Amino acid sequence: MSATLTKPEPHSAPGPGAGTPGRGAAARGALGAALRSREIAVAIFLLAVIAVATARNDSFLLTGDGWRDLLLTPSILLLLAAGQMMVIVTRSVDLSVGSTMALTAYLTGRLFIDVPGIPIIVVVLAGVALGAFLGVINGVLVAYAQVPALVITLGTMYSYRGIMLTWAGSDRINASDMPSGFLALGTKSFLTIPLLTIVAVAVVALVGYYLHTARSGRELYAIGSDPDAAKLYGLKVPTRVLTAFVLCGALAGLAGVVHAARYGTVSSGVGNGIELQAVGAAVIGGVAIFGGSGTVWGAAIGAVLLVTINRALPILGIPDFWQRAVVGALILGAVVLDRILALRQARKFDEEREG
Amino acid sequence: MPDPLTKASAPASTPATPVLEMADVRKSFGPVAALRSGTITVHPGSIHALVGENGAGKSTLIKIVAGVHRRDGGTLRFEGRDVDFTSTAESKAAGIAVIYQEPTLFPDLSVTENIFMGRQPLGRGRRIDRAAMLAETRSIFARLGVDIDPKRPALGLSIADQQIIEIAKAISLDARLLIMDEPTAALSGVEVERLFAVARSLRDEGRGLVFISHRFEEVFALCDQVTVMRDGEYVATTAIASTTPDAIVEMMVGREVGELFPKQPATIGEPVLQVEGLSSAGTFRDISFEVRAGEIVGLAGLVGAGRSEIARAVFGVDRYDAGSVRMHGKAVKPRRPRAAIAAGMAFVPEDRRKQGLVVDNSVAHNVAAVIRTKLDKLGLLTTAAENKAVAPWADRLEVKTNALDMAATTMSGGNQQKVVIAKWLATEPELLIIDEPTRGIDVGTKSEVHRLLSDLAGQGLAILMISSELPEVLGMADRVLVVREGEITAELSREQATPEAVMKAATAGHESTGELAPVLPDALLKEVGA
Repeated sequence: MSATLTKPEPHSAPGPGAGTPGRGAAARGALGAALRSREIAVAIFLLAVIAVATARNDSFLLTGDGWRDLLLTPSILLLLAAGQMMVIVTRSVDLSVGSTMALTAYLTGRLFIDVPGIPIIVVVLAGVALGAFLGVINGVLVAYAQVPALVITLGTMYSYRGIMLTWAGSDRINASDMPSGFLALGTKSFLTIPLLTIVAVAVVALVGYYLHTARSGRELYAIGSDPDAAKLYGLKVPTRVLTAFVLCGALAGLAGVVHAARYGTVSSGVGNGIELQAVGAAVIGGVAIFGGSGTVWGAAIGAVLLVTINRALPILGIPDFWQRAVVGALILGAVVLDRILALRQARKFDEEREG
Repeated sequence: MPDPLTKASAPASTPATPVLEMADVRKSFGPVAALRSGTITVHPGSIHALVGENGAGKSTLIKIVAGVHRRDGGTLRFEGRDVDFTSTAESKAAGIAVIYQEPTLFPDLSVTENIFMGRQPLGRGRRIDRAAMLAETRSIFARLGVDIDPKRPALGLSIADQQIIEIAKAISLDARLLIMDEPTAALSGVEVERLFAVARSLRDEGRGLVFISHRFEEVFALCDQVTVMRDGEYVATTAIASTTPDAIVEMMVGREVGELFPKQPATIGEPVLQVEGLSSAGTFRDISFEVRAGEIVGLAGLVGAGRSEIARAVFGVDRYDAGSVRMHGKAVKPRRPRAAIAAGMAFVPEDRRKQGLVVDNSVAHNVAAVIRTKLDKLGLLTTAAENKAVAPWADRLEVKTNALDMAATTMSGGNQQKVVIAKWLATEPELLIIDEPTRGIDVGTKSEVHRLLSDLAGQGLAILMISSELPEVLGMADRVLVVREGEITAELSREQATPEAVMKAATAGHESTGELAPVLPDALLKEVGA
């Protein structure tokens, strides 16, 4: 057998740190390490986008509004991406999060209208609970009925949206329907950092902690890495997959509440298409679409990048059409980069075995 | 339930309670009886070999112990207690570890996580104690004397290292019974020795080991007892010290063959397929043979010997590094199945559900799939045209489906196989390559498939048949080529092809463990030399 030497972890190895710096030429090594750590690579790209946009128009970052928008706008997608990432890592996908979010956003407004004086915390919990319940439906169908998640959640995406449209009718919830204390949550900030951003980052941190330190969190990775091996290991695969969907639904529920607080209105189009942004954020952030690897931090930075780039492109004078194309290019670039790195890794392992 | 230990079927009785006792364990999958009487007694502190031909029921027996399958009947005791595992988690919790030929690890996760997944040591607040996990991995590796970085991902590990991870897992579980299912099949000589050293040290700690292998020299070098199985039944258990490889081969194959599936004599014509010096790095080396019109050539050998790979290379599915394939003397382009089909080859693959048949499509669609281009008009393919072209073939093969538009998935294995053969016969081939023609097919349909092959040969078709079932090879083939570890080790005429001769050529020693060669059966050495 070949002596297997210590090697840097591959870029996609889940876990806290990303790649450890390679040996050899310092500059090359540092660059290599940064590329191996998807989180750092995407973060650098994000900073570059911010820098270019700010150079073009300094209100992007340097005014109070610019700073606030930069931090606040991604908060909803952050929550969705964190949830989506847990599902993707088990080799599934949840396309229903946009519809789930729309339902809980509407529920939030409805509760304030129908139950005057209801405590805000109760409304928040109700939104999370409804999201979790919708996640249970997805999870049970995927984990126990063994139907591919893509199909199931495509179905529930339309069903949940249909329920929301039927329930809301031509209703539209306006800021005047909701108590000012609730709407204030959407604008409140601490040390110039918006409250909703703090909530979103705290959620991401909790998810990261759970995935890293809990047995059930690690098992999500194992299931996505090789479902058959997970069964042979005796892991409770269906239970874990269900858990991932419930957590994802709950976070989508929270995102709906956050949407209501942030924008003050709830229309039937809330969250249309945002599920694909959540998937895109995870992929850009280095979460393998076939499961098993990636971090919630990567998904989070991917989410911030997606939102920020959408806001930066108009400033750079890029027409609307190209804005979508750029997002597409980002996703394709991320996937191609993954493939190249994986091939390089495989070649290195081969050489290692030969040598 | 306390066990009174009334049963003493083990030949070598030891005072300690056997770690595993199985008696008359049965298991059927549908109408197919995979295991008819599984019987084995494994003692602590011993290594027990389990041998038998492909399909003898060894894997089924192992999977019952592992909790993958549940037995239909019979006794299963672990450390003296009656057990009935319903999942792999249960057998594992009881203290049983199974190491498969191709270990199943999580490629994305670190070696350490692979060892401890699902039962990581927990610290305060039920958090995974990574430091403890890493320390324990290091100490197990130190004990096994291996140098694997515990933090690296399992992706890219050699098979040998992956098996070491599996063994480390078993040790960390404190497994009292370790089952190794052909662990050496993919290992080099040095790796085999390292594995054996580990196995012996585990035995000396008082654990029971079961070792499944086709390599007799390994069985004789490593094991204390041997249990022989044949056709899903227990044959005998003896101490290694009191038996010989020849005696074991005899027990493995001891049955009547040649009556069940007789091939009718056919006029053997000109060579149709000529293969010369075909090699593919790491898979097979220097393969030369020919198949003549009207002849059935059997490729015999063990699963994994490289037979299917040779067939795939001949047909152009897989690449080869050197050598040539000729049909009627004309070279066939490598890596082009289309060229192979145009040259008159047809290929019925091993796993018909995956490779040969679009199971959700109708029979007609399936049969017409390869002759599409002959059938279409202006690029369109009509159902009527398909049915018309297909009907005579289905008729001739007596495929029992009510209508040709029935989905193939609803048919029995035998009928599915006939559909696959029909599909290829519609191309009017001159050479049929067929891999495991009757795998998973009930006995009745088996002989129908054999009769069909015999008829086809009678009409002048050249047939290259890969089969792991000895009676099938001996009954059907005019000539038998035995493949072992990527090389043809014997070419036997119908008269020379006895079960013993084929088995010996298929299971003989392994160069890289050359020092073990003296225990090879004498007859085998003569045969390889011849």
